[in-house]
Amino acid sequence: MKLNSHEFRSNTLPAAITVIPAVAWLAFFVAIPLVYVLVMSFCSLDEYYNVAFQFTLGNYADLLYPNYVQIYAQSIVIAALSTAICLALGYPFAYLISRTFREHKVILYMLVIIPFWTNSLIRIYGWRTFLGASGFLNAALVGLHLVDSPVDFLFNQAATVLGMTYDLFPFMVLPLYTAIEKLDEAQIEASHDLGAHGLSTLFRVVVPQTVSGIFSGCIMVFIPSLGAFYISDILGGGNSDVIGNLIQRQFQSGNNWPLGAALSIILIAITLILVKIYQSTGGDMESLGV
Amino acid sequence: MAMRRQLREKLSRRGGIVYCAIIYGILFLPIAVIVANSFNATDTKPYMTWKGFTFAWYSKLFSDRALLASFGNTMVLAIATTVIATVMGTIVAVGMYRYRFRGKGIIDALLYIPVVIPEIVMGISLLVLFTSIQLPQGMASLVIAHVTFCLPFVIFNVRARLDGYDQSLEEASMDLGANKLETFFRVTLPMLAPGIAGGALLSFTLSIDDVVVSFFVNGQTMTYPLKVWQSIKSGVAPDVNALSTLILAGTVLLVVLTQSKLVPGIAAKLRNRRAHVLRARVSAEESPVHQKEEL
Repeated sequence: MKLNSHEFRSNTLPAAITVIPAVAWLAFFVAIPLVYVLVMSFCSLDEYYNVAFQFTLGNYADLLYPNYVQIYAQSIVIAALSTAICLALGYPFAYLISRTFREHKVILYMLVIIPFWTNSLIRIYGWRTFLGASGFLNAALVGLHLVDSPVDFLFNQAATVLGMTYDLFPFMVLPLYTAIEKLDEAQIEASHDLGAHGLSTLFRVVVPQTVSGIFSGCIMVFIPSLGAFYISDILGGGNSDVIGNLIQRQFQSGNNWPLGAALSIILIAITLILVKIYQSTGGDMESLGV
Repeated sequence: MAMRRQLREKLSRRGGIVYCAIIYGILFLPIAVIVANSFNATDTKPYMTWKGFTFAWYSKLFSDRALLASFGNTMVLAIATTVIATVMGTIVAVGMYRYRFRGKGIIDALLYIPVVIPEIVMGISLLVLFTSIQLPQGMASLVIAHVTFCLPFVIFNVRARLDGYDQSLEEASMDLGANKLETFFRVTLPMLAPGIAGGALLSFTLSIDDVVVSFFVNGQTMTYPLKVWQSIKSGVAPDVNALSTLILAGTVLLVVLTQSKLVPGIAAKLRNRRAHVLRARVSAEESPVHQKEEL
């Protein structure tokens, strides 16, 4: 629809006043910094480890260090495992709290959120306290004479996967909850009445209708677990670094910002690819973030 | 046949209860550990072995100046962030809803970036920006960073409210002689209040919980999560556990109060703890008692 000039004039000023501050904010603090990171990923370092605006592809060449490639692979394995475990545990759980026990669903839903009111660092540290060599679990195991000496639960990839799964589990459950709740009960009944047994109903009626929830849950778990350096740091103890650890180190002790920027570009690229796939399967952005 | 099905349903219900209990048990396990450890009388690193009950960490907490100061910083930061993000987000959401102009797609894209991008990328990109414009890092840079990741959530929240919005009320207000500003403050704003409150609450919680973005832009200013990070790296003193326990108790108390219908609007919005929680809210609000699927 085309606006006539009178309407245009009377709307331009208030539109500008209301919209420009926030848009300028986002442009300046979201768009420009990301462009700057992209630019920096092509910059070099001078002899004092300061960023020099001299074009190089060296940072991208450095990304191919065998040690780094191994960490990307490890990070993707950790993210994929965490996502798979979240989905496998979260789907039946979301189904139960949203349908089977639907008369209590508000309170059951709240109980998923409440752990989030404790800072996630603290909760991850709680796991470390629980699983540590002198922690509660080992004290119980030794006390019950189930093991002779404390078991090393910590500082390996399994501990990191546990931490990621734990920390991101609600991000899987909540989209699933929404999708499963919208299911049409009549179709499930119809499937039963037509003689389909439980599993067949599950895979041919229930799952296809909740695909959008599954996809958005998987994205909301997979992407953050590539970057959550503090979980692999606290529980993995340096033995299960993710891409986030590599980036953090370049901006802290490593002090090679251009390399850190190039590493961030990998993370941005993975994010963009996954979001594109998500959109092409019909997922809408509204239901990703909100 | 019907009996067999009933029996099967009863059995699967039992199994379901057990399964849910296990999941909830795991979700709350580390919190129970933290609470227990805040009363743990052990005084040797790594403060993990159970040595009996004490309140000592709670009294020690009140002499831990640095820890209390970090908590104060977190509160100042969260309040400043909430105010700025809520005001700016509400205004732009209303403006985008009301006026037609080009480039809404670009604004939407800008809004989705902070939501999907990994936090660490956001943290380092702001660090890079702040360094290049030589903004001194501290409370100011923290507020800017936090407003940046909270703003989209306020806008989404207010926008969700605007979707089911009756414009004829505004028209009536104008017809009855109120001017644009009066109409905004006395008609529009009250109608949007639940969405605004939800956005504000979400901003507050995202801000007090943030570790990753703050980690890169804090300069010398310690927030509570960063202080926690620091003490984890050097072996947590149990007074951190004590403060966490107090914060948890405070939040639970707040929710119980608001849930008991003191402030029902906010109570409903408390469910919006995080981004995705927002999304599920729609169905949770539709669902409770008056639902047709019961038929």
